Amino acid sequence: MKAFAQLFLSLDETNKTNEKVRVLKDYFLSVPDSDKMHMLALFTGRRPKRPINATLVRTWAMEMAHIPVWLFEESYQVVGDLAETITLLLPKSTSSSNKTLTEWIAEINAIATQTEEGRKQWLLSSWETLDTQERFVFNKLLTGGFRIGVSQNLVVKALADISGLDAATVTHRIMGNWMPENYQFADLVAAEGLSDDVSRPYPFFLAYPIQETSEKQKTAGELQVALGDAAEWQAEWKWDGIRAQLINRNGQIFIWSRGEDLATEKFPELHPFLKALPHGTVLDGEILSFKDGLPMPFNVLQTRIGRKNLSKKILEESPVALIAYDCLEHNGEDIRHKPQAERRLLLEQLQAATAHPDIFRISVLIGFNSWGELAEIRGQSRSMIAEGVMLKRKNAAYQVGRRRGDWWKWKIDPLSVDAVMIYAQKGHGRRADLYTDYTFAVWDGDKLVPFAKAYSGLSDEEIRKVDNFVKRNTLEKFGPVRTVKPELVFEIGFEGINYSTRHKSGVALRFPRILRWRTDKPMEEADTLETLKALL
Amino acid sequence: MFMAKKPLLEFTDRGIYCPVGRFYIDPWLPVDDAVITHAHSDHARVGHRRYLAHEYSEQVLRYRLGEIQLQTVPYGETLMKNGVQIGLYPAGHVIGSAQVRVCYQDEVWVVSGDYKVDDDGISTPFEPVRCHHFISECTFGMPVYRWKPQAETFAEINNWWRKNVENGLATVIVGYSLGKAQRVLQNLDLSIGKVYTHGVIENTNEALRRNGIALNPTHRITTDLAKEEIRKGIVIAPPSAVGSPWMRRFNPYDFGYCSGWMSIRGAKRRRAADRGFVLSDHADWDGLISAIDATGCEKVYLTHGYTASFARYLNEIGFDAHEVHTLYGGDELTAADEEIAPTQPPPEGEALVPDDESKVLPSGEDLGGAGL
Ligand SMILES: [Zn+2]
Ligand SMILES: [Zn+2]
Repeated sequence: MKAFAQLFLSLDETNKTNEKVRVLKDYFLSVPDSDKMHMLALFTGRRPKRPINATLVRTWAMEMAHIPVWLFEESYQVVGDLAETITLLLPKSTSSSNKTLTEWIAEINAIATQTEEGRKQWLLSSWETLDTQERFVFNKLLTGGFRIGVSQNLVVKALADISGLDAATVTHRIMGNWMPENYQFADLVAAEGLSDDVSRPYPFFLAYPIQETSEKQKTAGELQVALGDAAEWQAEWKWDGIRAQLINRNGQIFIWSRGEDLATEKFPELHPFLKALPHGTVLDGEILSFKDGLPMPFNVLQTRIGRKNLSKKILEESPVALIAYDCLEHNGEDIRHKPQAERRLLLEQLQAATAHPDIFRISVLIGFNSWGELAEIRGQSRSMIAEGVMLKRKNAAYQVGRRRGDWWKWKIDPLSVDAVMIYAQKGHGRRADLYTDYTFAVWDGDKLVPFAKAYSGLSDEEIRKVDNFVKRNTLEKFGPVRTVKPELVFEIGFEGINYSTRHKSGVALRFPRILRWRTDKPMEEADTLETLKALL
Repeated sequence: MFMAKKPLLEFTDRGIYCPVGRFYIDPWLPVDDAVITHAHSDHARVGHRRYLAHEYSEQVLRYRLGEIQLQTVPYGETLMKNGVQIGLYPAGHVIGSAQVRVCYQDEVWVVSGDYKVDDDGISTPFEPVRCHHFISECTFGMPVYRWKPQAETFAEINNWWRKNVENGLATVIVGYSLGKAQRVLQNLDLSIGKVYTHGVIENTNEALRRNGIALNPTHRITTDLAKEEIRKGIVIAPPSAVGSPWMRRFNPYDFGYCSGWMSIRGAKRRRAADRGFVLSDHADWDGLISAIDATGCEKVYLTHGYTASFARYLNEIGFDAHEVHTLYGGDELTAADEEIAPTQPPPEGEALVPDDESKVLPSGEDLGGAGL
């Protein structure tokens, strides 16, 4: 655990990419293999289940720190993070422990079945043996909010450097339905991949935006210069649903959403056609709510996803279907290296053979002969309930991650990101008494980086609610500005984005504004600086 | 018949006032007689007719406030003002910082100013003073603020510096120009390299040296200094230099921020520092409680920072504690604050930036907005 705590601290202590990679490699090279896998598991969101509920953890921490409840709550307001608050309040430890990360996680998993008294004794004596930095990561593990301050790219780079594998292979191999208890580091870095995880999806290929602002439309001439001959490209509508990968291997089916969540059970309507596909098939596509053969706006699907249980009513109101984009695996063979046009033919064959064409749909190709013609067609996106068009080079392979060159999205809406409010300031005039001016941040690793200030685009009722939240959740005050507990997520629209050395985020936005309050999104799901920079 | 006695010190809108002695302590509006606890800008303001302060504060006060009529006293010596006895006692906050003891007809009040209880190796260490009424700061009056021994923090700082020199990076350490800068200076491992200073800090160092304080050797940064030389040493800079062109010319550099706020990760991030070192010239939670307890006071009045929470806690553990609103430190910056800005321009680079860490500023970014 000492090494893991040190890793966390070292990553926190540097903003430099090379240094982060070095720290990661040092970590991987110095800990046992099982610890490596546990670290990767935590990094990829495979956290242990919470063995003790947060209320009990709080209560026992207060007991150990001899602090009244109200003072604990106020301390929490100051710190803004439960694990850190507890770490700062506990008295200094009296002994130390050499248990590895693997051993600690095994204990955390085992303790869940103990009596309350047993769990309490375990927790208090654990705290007793951990130093400040260890306590912090331990509390993070225990309370669930674990994030490591480093992007996936850097972890992949460190692993690739160590193993001699290429980054795309590593990215692929850390995906899937594994747990550190059943996936060995040796298998992860083996020269020849073992494909024993039938659930494992491929990394998604993501498109870059072709134009920076919605004001300055790209002309046909500019597209000709940027992309070349229109005949080399296929165009499709850009659908606003949930990007997903659907797998049938040996008759077992899996549905992965882009956030790398296994979402098989969330979409029962898709099971029959998926089960009927030839074994060894992987499809890439968009899941949307459909009614009477027409896609419905995203928020219809969104309410459905938010639900724990899919009631009959929801299934009736918001039935889903797949619009397939691509075929990544065919007859058990990874065909991502084949050209787009060839993969498209295989996809069309699969779709033509399905007995469920209403559910297994295919993303139709838009016929166009020139860029000018496509630009005109794009203007109809809204009536298609699409976000714009997608451009894919006909001879391109299916690549890993967001890359420039072969896939472009040509959206119609203003650019937007989901961001977390971190500062608030009072307004002017009529609203001089309300907090209406906000500063928003996106994630950079586990840090929130401010990138835009926007005045309210909210309704009066929403403003009152946000104002109330600000007043109850102020962490610090400086002059008229309050630092607010990061929690509320808003969709921020803007007209353009440019590099900026004056801003910590490295970008400056044109005309940022609040499009809506995303009460449905936890702050962990706000966008990242990477996403924002990808819009550049 | 019992008559309610007027208190010896009262809180007025000009500051803490002694009606019998007709003097103020750290007033924020111009007065005739001001007793100054220390030279930080939220305590020592321009515009008073007469100043009284500790002798070690003399040169810094003159440097910061210009022409003033100043009387100084050493620690422990008392003087009388309109029948009221005044004495200064070490507060351990910065060099020359004092608690003000006020005594009249056997009633004793002590105004702490800013203080810390740990010995920083350069300020005269804090001494508890017995009193009936204690006016205490509580900038860090929350239990999440507990400092580790400064030896540990300086070991971190020196290791960080050493590593930067090895990696060919310039090292810039940021702390307030009076207090933190000298504390850092005196605790650096000078076998690693030379110490370079920003002009504002060097001016303060020179004022202190004029006052007879022995400080380690420093080199003022000038434009003709070679980058390679600076990279072998360490640069001490004030917070106002962060992100400025002055600082960017050291590129590539690593910059560390010294402050008590650095004990919280969120605060550290907002500073965008490469490293945050937990180092404060204020008392931590345990320090505040032990200091207040050591005065044996009947009543304690709290200024600066988490006054409400800290007062509530003290009352729960048996003190008679009261919250007082002042214009010191962590309270919201009001319009009044700007109106009483110094009439003469403040020293280079420190315009309106409080030089005391009891005010948290945002990372100082202009995030633009519409029309950018
Ligand atoms: Zn001060
Ligand atoms: Zn102060």
